[in-house]
Amino acid sequence: MPGLEDLYREIILDHYRNPRNRGELETPPAHRVEGFNPLCGDEIVLYLELDADGRVSDIRISGQGCSISQSSASMMSAAVKGKTIAEIDDLTRAFKAMMSIHENSLEGAETTEPIEAPDVKLGDLEALRGVVKFPVRIKCATLAWNTLAQGIDEASA
Amino acid sequence: MAVSTDPIDGTLIKEQFPLLSRDVHGKKIVYLDSAATSQKPQSVLASMDDYYRTINSNVHRGVYMIAEEATNRMEIARALVRDFIGARSSSEIIFTKNATESLNLVAQSWGRANLSAGDVVVLSHMEHHANIVPWHMLVAEIGIELRWIPLDNEGRLDLSELDALLDGAKVLSVTAMSNVLGTMNPVRTLTDAARKAGAISIIDGCQSVPHSATNVQELGADFLAFSGHKMCGPTGIGVLYGREELLEAMPPFLGGGEMIRDVRLDGFTTNDLPWKFEAGTPPIAEIIGLGAAIEWLNGVGMDNVRAHEIALTEYTMTTLHERFGDRIHIHGPSNPLERGGVFSFDFDGLHPHDISQVLDQHAVCVRAGHHCAKPLMKLLGIGATARASVYVYNDTADIDALADALDATGAFFTL
Repeated sequence: MPGLEDLYREIILDHYRNPRNRGELETPPAHRVEGFNPLCGDEIVLYLELDADGRVSDIRISGQGCSISQSSASMMSAAVKGKTIAEIDDLTRAFKAMMSIHENSLEGAETTEPIEAPDVKLGDLEALRGVVKFPVRIKCATLAWNTLAQGIDEASA
Repeated sequence: MAVSTDPIDGTLIKEQFPLLSRDVHGKKIVYLDSAATSQKPQSVLASMDDYYRTINSNVHRGVYMIAEEATNRMEIARALVRDFIGARSSSEIIFTKNATESLNLVAQSWGRANLSAGDVVVLSHMEHHANIVPWHMLVAEIGIELRWIPLDNEGRLDLSELDALLDGAKVLSVTAMSNVLGTMNPVRTLTDAARKAGAISIIDGCQSVPHSATNVQELGADFLAFSGHKMCGPTGIGVLYGREELLEAMPPFLGGGEMIRDVRLDGFTTNDLPWKFEAGTPPIAEIIGLGAAIEWLNGVGMDNVRAHEIALTEYTMTTLHERFGDRIHIHGPSNPLERGGVFSFDFDGLHPHDISQVLDQHAVCVRAGHHCAKPLMKLLGIGATARASVYVYNDTADIDALADALDATGAFFTL
């Protein structure tokens, strides 16, 4: 049976207590995007700045949520800052592949092809692996990433 | 510690609820989420099992013996509901899927027939989404106007401007008890004011009917909606009470079998009340289960249920405040006589999801989230709360377990 320590790894609690890249950016030039988790009322506001090379030159996060959604957002911001959209796309797919193990089995889709995970080092984000043992919390962990994808789509459109 | 005398021993009552003897994570379950759904006593489970084992057949159709028995049992349950809420006639008791469907039925049937652009519907800031969204749908469809009764700083309705809000209104639709704040509203004052203003009154009794004696004549309500699963009955069965004159004049809601008297190629005529509003095969086992739940509650006595919950409310609020002081904030009225046993709280600045996750490891089941009351959450300036709620089968040991688990939660998240 999964225990609390599987979910609340020390590095997660550290990002929760000391969130990175917290705040706002001026819009424009930054792009602002909101994400909601209707289940628990969590909300995240992302501010993204893309430079001419298509890199995320700056990112800030505000909003409110549980330790999982907040720490995931904090880790995500640290991981994507300075990366190109293509690199972020790989990272997002790698993260989602880690998270979707249980999403797939929940939907009874074990027979479908597993999501192909790009060969990307997840670093600190690995700490969120334990979340898949707590299916209702997966949406908390993926909120920031879904919001990021939406923001990049909008900002580069 | 409790000042009120408690006529009920929750510990003894527990033994009649099979689920409450199970373990979670190796510990005996502490169920504190009855505002979401209640547990079911053995007698309710047995009644439904017995229906399927001995008289399973469709109602109001067959002429054979078991079909007649099934029909009788269903209509006996309707009479139990009628008496439980003091309705004048079984014709006024419509079986629905749940309180949400009951409220939608009124909005869709009465509302579409009687409301036009600019007509006013008065709601309150503490409504559940089920008593907001059906009206928003009529705003979009018809162009009705919504007005909102505000709250005071203890989460009670602020009625200082009630007459002005009701001026020219066609409908007042409010909850008898908040599922977030626990506030019990002065229903009679509200329905009197509505009647004086020429508005019909709809009461969402989802949280109140399971926990205190209800009499629709005393409440003065034109409609009352509630769900079976929050009052020891099964899911999938709800009730709409409506005054007979109003129900008679309303167009049908869903069309199909059972709700018709005659169907021709060029039209149909509706069945008598209450079946006019019960299209298709009803949830027969669930109706019988609801009847058994009412018999069970009658055996305990609704005044005893309320007295038990007042005592438990006093114990809960005293215990949590004594043990945690400023670390905990419980929303809603501070006076146990003005509230039910629903405790939405903020604790140590922690997110409700995190609180309920750690509590779960201690086998304590509480709800975390916006409780389907997002406008209220916005008013309170929060995204979500943790919510513990009690019922007839809870006891002071459950509250002590909650407090112990909160202690552990605080320790877990502190540096």
